[in-house]
Amino acid sequence: MSDDHHHDHDHDHDHPDSVLSEMDLRTRALESILVEKGYVDPAALDALVDLYETKIGPRNGARVVAKAWTDPNYREWLDRDATEAISSVGYGGRQGEHMRVVANTPDTHNIVVCTLCSCYPWPVLGLPPVWYKAAPYRSKVVRDPRGVLADFGVELPAGTQVRVWDSTAEVRYLVLPMRPAGTEGWTEERLAALVTRDSMIGTGLPLEARKT
Amino acid sequence: MSPPERDIPRGEVPGVPRDADGPVFDEPWQAQAFAMAVKLHERGVFTWNEWAAALSGEIRRAQAAGDPDTGSTYYRHWLATLERLVVEKGLGTAGALSERKDAWDRAARATPHGRPILLENDPLA
Repeated sequence: MSDDHHHDHDHDHDHPDSVLSEMDLRTRALESILVEKGYVDPAALDALVDLYETKIGPRNGARVVAKAWTDPNYREWLDRDATEAISSVGYGGRQGEHMRVVANTPDTHNIVVCTLCSCYPWPVLGLPPVWYKAAPYRSKVVRDPRGVLADFGVELPAGTQVRVWDSTAEVRYLVLPMRPAGTEGWTEERLAALVTRDSMIGTGLPLEARKT
Repeated sequence: MSPPERDIPRGEVPGVPRDADGPVFDEPWQAQAFAMAVKLHERGVFTWNEWAAALSGEIRRAQAAGDPDTGSTYYRHWLATLERLVVEKGLGTAGALSERKDAWDRAARATPHGRPILLENDPLA
């Protein structure tokens, strides 16, 4: 079944008499066989989809970032062992991958990519956005990270170095953005609301304090 | 002077539904395919390294075959990877998958509009 995966790209459009798309049929075929053989439980599949669609999102990561901004001990733990520090707040790595947190500073801005496929820190950021999975991002961010930042509307000072981190199946990166100015004394919850998904991938910055 | 390169959308791709802060699946089958891979991994059917290697191989082959790889075809590659691993690991055969796909197709066509599509609706079942 190696070579028959690509041919359907051009003709799985809806024929007048067809009810389900080619991809839908293939998915149902696979799922019904796996369910019959007891490899997957349909209710567990639904629960997992619901979890990723509605409950995880990038909010888990935002809470980790806000905690790092307010608690120096937690920040130090994140630097030392991000996998443990992140799972301590309840966001374990589903794939057993190691997490590493890369912190932005005035001198260095970090961006995360997966050039091979689309490894992504699901437990903290939910599912990846479409552009993260697309070839243009994956290839351009390596050769022209500042150009990518400009595409996302981010302009950094000329002296800031941009570092690109290529995720693998073993290591997933989470960017720790810089805490926005004017947020002294804010609670973690209020700070977390400033942390956008893109700011934790590195293609964006946190919201500014006055905008919330 | 040519316009600046705009090959990367600003986190927006026309026609792709998404919520304010994150992605959603385009179609239900994508969500099912996603969940099946996670569950099979949890059962130890494959390691996440195996999965990532198989998926990146699938994407490379698709690119070589002319796939635009714009992100919208991502879950196609995901499903193809899943089918490949399920067969490789002996959980099912390519023939069984193909026969079952045809059965679903017949079932869908035999199901009156608005009724749930069930495999037992296949007239040949």
